[in-house]
Amino acid sequence: MENTVILSITTFLPLFGAAVLMVFLRGNDAVAVRNAKLLALFTTVVTFLVSLVILFKFDPSDTGFQMVEQKEWLGGLTYKLGVDGISVLFVMLTTFIMPIVIGASWKVETRVKEYMILFLMLETLMIGVFVALDLVLFYGFFEAGLIPMFLIIGIWGGKDRIYAAFKFFLYTLLGSLLMLIAMIYMWYVSGTTDIEALMSFDFSSAPISVLGITIAGGVQTLLFLAFFASFAVKLPMWPVHTWLPDAHVQAPTAGSIVLAAILIKMGGYGFLRFSLPMFPVASDLLQNFIFFLSVAAIILTSLIALAQTDMKKLIAYSSVAHMGFVTMGIFAFNQQGLDGAIFQMISHGIVAGALFMVVGVIYDRMHTREIAAFGGLALNMPRYALVFMLFTMANVGLPGLSGFVGEVLTLAAVFKVNTWVAFGATSGVILSAAYALWLYRRVMFGDLIKESLKGLSDMDTREKLLFAPLVFLTVLFGVYPTLVLDITGPSVEALLQHFHSALGVVQTATEAVTH
Amino acid sequence: MPTIILFSPLVGALIAGFGWRIIGERNAQLVTTALLFLAAALSWMLFYGAYETPETTLLFSWIHSGSFSVDWAVRMDRLTQIMLVVVTTVSSLVHLYSWGYMENDPQWKEGEVYKPRFFAYLSFFTFAMLALVTSDNLLQMFFGWEGVGVASYLLIGFYFRKPSANAAAIKAFVVNRVGDFGFALGIFAIYKMTDSVNFSDIFTQGHHLSTETIRFLWMDLNAAEVITFLLFIGAMGKSAQLFLHTWLPDAMEGPTPVSALIHAATMVTAGVFLVARMSPLFEYAPGTLVFVTIIGATTAFVAATIGLVQNDIKRVIAYSTMSQLGYMFAAAGVGVYQAAMFHLMTHAFFKAMLFLGAGAVIHAMHHEQDMRNYGALRKKIPLTFWAMMIGTLAITGVGIPLTDIGFAGFLSKDAIIESTYAAGTSVGQYAFWMLVIAAAMTAFYSWRLMFLTFYGPEKGDKHTHDHAHEAPMVMIIPLGVLALGATFAGMLWYGDFFGENVTEWFGPAVYTNHETNHVLHEAHNVAAWVKVSPFIAMLSGFLLAFWFYILSPSIPAALAKRNRHLYLFLLNKWYFDEVYDFLFVRPARRLGNFLWKRVDGDVIDGAINGLALGWIPRLTRAVNRMQSGYLYHYAFATIIGVVALISLVAISGGAH
Repeated sequence: MENTVILSITTFLPLFGAAVLMVFLRGNDAVAVRNAKLLALFTTVVTFLVSLVILFKFDPSDTGFQMVEQKEWLGGLTYKLGVDGISVLFVMLTTFIMPIVIGASWKVETRVKEYMILFLMLETLMIGVFVALDLVLFYGFFEAGLIPMFLIIGIWGGKDRIYAAFKFFLYTLLGSLLMLIAMIYMWYVSGTTDIEALMSFDFSSAPISVLGITIAGGVQTLLFLAFFASFAVKLPMWPVHTWLPDAHVQAPTAGSIVLAAILIKMGGYGFLRFSLPMFPVASDLLQNFIFFLSVAAIILTSLIALAQTDMKKLIAYSSVAHMGFVTMGIFAFNQQGLDGAIFQMISHGIVAGALFMVVGVIYDRMHTREIAAFGGLALNMPRYALVFMLFTMANVGLPGLSGFVGEVLTLAAVFKVNTWVAFGATSGVILSAAYALWLYRRVMFGDLIKESLKGLSDMDTREKLLFAPLVFLTVLFGVYPTLVLDITGPSVEALLQHFHSALGVVQTATEAVTH
Repeated sequence: MPTIILFSPLVGALIAGFGWRIIGERNAQLVTTALLFLAAALSWMLFYGAYETPETTLLFSWIHSGSFSVDWAVRMDRLTQIMLVVVTTVSSLVHLYSWGYMENDPQWKEGEVYKPRFFAYLSFFTFAMLALVTSDNLLQMFFGWEGVGVASYLLIGFYFRKPSANAAAIKAFVVNRVGDFGFALGIFAIYKMTDSVNFSDIFTQGHHLSTETIRFLWMDLNAAEVITFLLFIGAMGKSAQLFLHTWLPDAMEGPTPVSALIHAATMVTAGVFLVARMSPLFEYAPGTLVFVTIIGATTAFVAATIGLVQNDIKRVIAYSTMSQLGYMFAAAGVGVYQAAMFHLMTHAFFKAMLFLGAGAVIHAMHHEQDMRNYGALRKKIPLTFWAMMIGTLAITGVGIPLTDIGFAGFLSKDAIIESTYAAGTSVGQYAFWMLVIAAAMTAFYSWRLMFLTFYGPEKGDKHTHDHAHEAPMVMIIPLGVLALGATFAGMLWYGDFFGENVTEWFGPAVYTNHETNHVLHEAHNVAAWVKVSPFIAMLSGFLLAFWFYILSPSIPAALAKRNRHLYLFLLNKWYFDEVYDFLFVRPARRLGNFLWKRVDGDVIDGAINGLALGWIPRLTRAVNRMQSGYLYHYAFATIIGVVALISLVAISGGAH
């Protein structure tokens, strides 16, 4: 094992920046505010540059964990970090998106210092989730991330921010409590909290009987469901998605970007890191259940998006639909499904983040997100119109843009397994076109009649600079997705090999018993 | 060279779209048009090559995930070649024509820049279309397929101030997506069965697939039938075939050059191309082929009936396009893909010309499109008149019966009609009669258009008529070039597309299962009355129109009055829009609202918030504290403490 601390450095650099901000930045005048923003931006940019080292050092052909750091910690706990082909891109997505998030916050005026500190802390916690290789550590990062987000919504949010903040907090916390219980049980049974060790630990799948009800898959099913409670809320899956639209609507633009781009991806990541490798039998048993929820998410939330009058809510519902493709792909249990699911998450992170920023641009000017308040903006904001169109098209999965790859891979994957699911999910492409183009039309097209809109200026340099990297990656990943798939491929293959062999062992055992 | 053809429109689109501020509007037009003419010249050079085996040029890799492996590539064979010539020729002429047509567009106000955007869209469309036809796999084809859809959406909605244009644009995109839904499922089905989406792998599997069953939804079906059926759904959307056609007439909201390029000559023929391209699979799916024939023949008929009574000059031509596309599918359905491609090519010439001619009329008449306000324009715009005349002679199929001499439509349309008869099946018979009747109606509405526009007394606004003027040369030259095509394309290439050279000319690009399909051969031996029947139909259509609109112009109105319900039924396009609105559009909206307010709001939120009711008192207190800053500091201190500890341990090397 090579000796490196690159993951620790990347993870804790933002926190270090936050500490510097907290300790050294005094006062509330314009200079201090400006310095707070600059320092936050500087920290996130440096973090991104440092994280490039991870990408550079990463060897896709090695399917194990890389750049592993392992230290004994207090009380017999272990501090262990590492990345593989499944997590490394989420780390990169986080470090990539954060400077943009800070840039999108340039217009924030209240409590700027605290705001920046919270976002920097959040970055540390998010990266931590994706690099943690110890249950306790993972749980710490996973849960702690709630607090800064809770505060961001609750303090800098819109009119109903308190309701939204608590809804967000309670939903996700309740889900996580079950996960915590499951984790304690897992430690109790296996004697370890090492994720790598747990991935090859064989949790019992013998049917057990609780209160007279026989549970197929036994302990695995219970553990799976406990984790599922947390991940399903986080992702979010239908029908526990209702916190997301509220949170998005109330959150400040930057908060929405983080939420859409990174936070909800933790749920998908959790399925890949925990559910599939640790509870293969239960995953297999509950495949149809997940499929059902995925298709329900795709169709139902797309229909709901059609009825929205608030731009952010519409995009939020569209996010739920897109996450339906993720869960569907993961539970197809084949290469295309998992590759597609990861790709979908990365792509959605970029595209949905960009769409929330698109809303932010006109929200900053007009202080409303009502679709009906706009119309005809294409006439005086041509550059904005172009950017908005590009991400709208990426969102509806136009081939050549990044949104397509994840959708087509997950759909092709699931068609092999279950044509009903593929049929239902593919119909989502019709609905997504309808709501996305309808939104665009109402906001951008038509004549410019409303007096209040006539003076709106096109994007300024800051806004253009913020969109540029997102535009670049959306096109690049759409045309040359190999960049992503080459990294995820081998690790996904290894995961599936492990998964299917674990299933195979159990099946052979059951057959042996019945004979 | 194929790569240059493919990418020059893209380069043009990018330069015009992003660089016009630097190079200026005029240069943006110049660059796009010049690059298109370059592409057209290169395409014609390649056209005369022989294609014994398909040549594939690999560009770079696209999506690789396990066995799902697709690259960007350019495939060259006869089918690609035909499409390249059609697309680049019409596109370059339309680019040129637009110099005149878009010069002073009254839709835009002083100082608004629209031309570079228009030319960029046109070139982008051309690129997407070329990507579609040069693809060597289904996924890249899907890329082009969706790309032309987007270009079409942008161009239909080009006058984005107009609500009707925006509505038409969205309708086009969404209805096409319904077709794409089938196309996508077809791709997945192929992938499931053959583990590949590349043509070179799929094409050898036709026979094998026809012996396999696939489970689709609750059914166990023949794999070849399912796959081709799903793909054909996609073709129906793109090519505006019955049930998925409602977007095409509305698409006329776009500027007229767009209608000529996209909604007549190129994009709408993509569905026909798809069926011909996939002939190695369709040949093993007799059930789907029957369906293709029926849809094609019925569309040809229905669209022609609607075309009879429309008053908007562009809508008449739009329904005519839909009808002619039906002819092509009917030919493909009976297994004569070559005749379908033949008609595709000739139709591109004469229909593009009719549209551009209509554009010249509209241009002359200050953007008036209602034919009831035209009349007597023959003298005022003679060049346009002659162009339209040639187009009309071509589309109605004028020629000398029982010879190979005639306008383009005469040869290609008759080839189709003969093929359907030669199929010798009851479906073929049905198609034959539908197409012959449609041919009579084609002649009727085409001549009706000519008579209303160019003959009779002046109608409508006097001022407009007084100022009617011939279009500038940049608009007339493209008409002239297309007129050459509309006149000679049929005679020139009859031998290659349908006559004695057909087999070697197409090479392996079109597959015919010689065990079951002899229609192409039989089509040359049909009885004389069969060969003459479209001619008679054409003649009767012409005479009827002549009687109705020249001899006694009072008849149509009287007829419409007497058969009011039939007239309204046709005028309202068989009420497809109204039915769809009732069946799909409104329920979708209502369902969305219900799911949002009732299910999400009352059921889900109601349940979960209810659970949390006990928490609320505590929450309120917490809120108060948070606002005073205590909770905030508290939470903050906690995390800082925890993570500081972690980092300390990490950096110091742990407590070994």
